Order: sequence, then structure tokens, then C-alpha cells
Amino acid sequence: MISKIVPSPEAALAGVPDGSTIMIGGFGGAGQPAQLIDALIDQGARDLVIVNNNAGNGETGLAALLKARRVRRIICSFPRQADSQVFDALYRSGEIELELVPQGNLSERIRAAAAGIGAFFTPTGYGTLLAEGKETRMIDGRGHVLEYPLRADYALIKALRADRWGNLVYRKTGRNFGPTMAAAAACAIAQVRDVVELGELDPEVIVTPGIYVQRVVAVGSAA
Amino acid sequence: MNRDQLAARVARDIPEGAYVNLGIGLPTLVANHLPKDREIFLHSENGLLGMGPAPEPGAEDPDLINAGKQPVTLLTGGAYFHHADSFAMMRGGHLDICVLGAFQVSVQGDLANWHTGAPDAIPAVGGAMDLAVGARQVFVMMEHLTKTGESKIVQRCSYPLTGVACVDRIYTDLAVLQVTPEGLRILDMIDGLGLAELARLTGVPLLPLLAPIH
Repeated sequence: MISKIVPSPEAALAGVPDGSTIMIGGFGGAGQPAQLIDALIDQGARDLVIVNNNAGNGETGLAALLKARRVRRIICSFPRQADSQVFDALYRSGEIELELVPQGNLSERIRAAAAGIGAFFTPTGYGTLLAEGKETRMIDGRGHVLEYPLRADYALIKALRADRWGNLVYRKTGRNFGPTMAAAAACAIAQVRDVVELGELDPEVIVTPGIYVQRVVAVGSAA
Repeated sequence: MNRDQLAARVARDIPEGAYVNLGIGLPTLVANHLPKDREIFLHSENGLLGMGPAPEPGAEDPDLINAGKQPVTLLTGGAYFHHADSFAMMRGGHLDICVLGAFQVSVQGDLANWHTGAPDAIPAVGGAMDLAVGARQVFVMMEHLTKTGESKIVQRCSYPLTGVACVDRIYTDLAVLQVTPEGLRILDMIDGLGLAELARLTGVPLLPLLAPIH
């Protein structure tokens, strides 16, 4: 009997090696897999490359992972915020590398990896600092920039509910990067509020089919 | 014209049925001034269409936020979707209008709104470049002048660009200007401001207001 359910966040993060590339879902707090990030901090992997829309808020979650100096490089679109003090300090002291990506390019690079696309041309960023050094092409009279897919070893995401096959549904705007990150990672780990029996998720509304999900952990209403 | 009057001026030009993205900051105010008798669909980049106003105090839901990460509501008929779908809406030309703030706009419609370029500034771009190239019409909404009195409408942007020749219309506290191949055309001006004074403050050539077409 197939079951992707693991008993704890610790079990979900078992075996993550140093140097891994890890996508972390969430847009601000919505969809942030807080329990999985805490488990990653406890697990101890270092020299990580993190992909997230932001670069941590306050002192918890991703900010705490950064503060523990476990992240070598972050790939994100919007690091600077009112409460991004942990990232700001590491960046200013040269202790973290930043790859800044327009948000739609970040999202599409993740989707491209998930879909097996080799690279794509997009007008976003053309003629700006963020396209410097990149291959460009005029298509239908408009400048485009060549962008490459973004893959990961792991994706840590948050959904509302799962079944043992790893089918997922989300809650409101907490969905954000979850579905594409799950599909772009070799091992997608989802924390969910609760796990239901097979068949209880309406097949018409399953957002992430279980093929994209390798491990699921229920964390209760804290999720 | 104060910030709310400017927001109301922008809102007046948003038609019934439009799919609209309002940028973070000043453009967010436009939502408060949309005419109540029009159905207008507000899109938020993090993954919702049919965004409603802020919830009542105590009714905030941490899973229901806007691009500025503030709590919002969903109107009846609204929808949630993931980030790649949301950016496909923005990048694929499906939004009728986006309204963005700006540091500078050039006469040919170049936009600078994401980075001051200062050596110690930490850059952050978010969805600005996607909206700039992806929306069918890009409206910029900003103060006409900087705090030190320089025009934010310039011959050539000195700040790093967000997009090249992407702005269609500029709404400021002094005037509404349309970007055209011939130059910036005045569509509207505040009462009591003369053309010569507007041109002097702006510092770039302006094409005069056209007579209304009947």
C-alpha cells in the first residue's frame, strides 16, 4: 500500500544533504511551511541554495534559517522588506549571495523546470539591469530575454489537506508557489493541516496531483 | 490635487468590466475610489482575482492577503490560483490595465520604479517588470515633482529601468499625460495651472490638450 505520509517534520526532512537547492513555498506568511523550515533548521544541512519569493520576515521561519548561517545563496524577487533585517545584515556583510529575479521570471523558470522546458524567451526584464549579460532576441519587433529553468533537489510547501497518495488542496492565497515548486523539485515535501482518506478529495478540485509529491506530514491546525 | 483626489482621477478612467492590477503603495488607493456602479475585477499577483476591500477588524485571514501582504477579502465570484497562473495573466496580456507608482517616467514611456541604484540599496523587484511589459495599458500614478522640486517626467531616466517604452499614461497631481509616438500629450490639467507653467515644471516638451471630439 502506497503511503507518502511521514510521522513528523523531522522524518520529512531526513537525509537532506549539505549543498542542496531547496525551494520554499509561501508569499510572506501565506503558504509558508513554517514547521518544515523549523525541521530543516534542526536537521542541520548547510551551504544551501534557497529559492523563495522573499528573503525572510522577522526572526522566524526562513529568516531563522538565514540567521543560522545555513544559506549560501538565495534566489528571490523581493528580498527587501520592512522586516527583512536578518537578510539585510547578511547581504551587507557579504555573507549571502543574492540572485534577484523578476517575480514572473522566477515563477516561470520554476514552471519551465517542472514542464521539461529547456529555456524560454520573455520580454520581462528586457533592457534592464536584471537582463545584463543574458542572451536576447527580437521576436515580433519586441525585445526578449532568454531565461533558464530553475530546478531543485527539494521543495518545502504548505497545503491545506492531503491524502496518502500525496494529492493536495490548498487554502486561499496560501496556494501561491506550492503547485509549481512541488513539480520542479526531485523531492517535494508538503506540510498539511490534515490527511484524509483516499477519495475524500474531490478529483475535480485536486490542485496538485500526487505524482509531484514525495512526502506529506500532517501538522494539525498550526498549519 | 491630493493623493485621494489623484486616486479618484485614475479610478474615473477605469471602465466597467476591466481586469486591473493596482501596484503597491499609492496605486492601492485607487481601489477606494472605483465607482460603485461599475463591476471591475481587481487582480493581485499572489493569486487572486476579484479582490475585495480590507476585512473588518478581527476578521483578518493570514491565508488571504494581497501583493503588499495586507489582509484583504474575496468578492463573491472571485477565484484563487497559483503563482504561475497569476503571472501568466500578467505576462500574457490578459490584464486590461495596471496602475504603478514610479520614481521616473521618460518621454518615450520608459519606467523606473524598482531600484534607486544607490550603492548601499538592497534591490527588490517583485512583479513590477512583469506588469510593465505584460498589461495591455500601463498607467503610472505619481507626484509630478520630487520632494526637492525636480520633475519625475524626464527626457531619459537616471534610475535603473523597470521596462522600456512600456508606459501608456501618466497621472500626476498636476496633469494627465498620454505617451504618444510624437511625445507626451496633455489629456487633462488641474484648474488654474497654465500650459506654460506645466511645461516649465515638467522640463520636457508637452503637446497641448486636444479639443474634445464630439
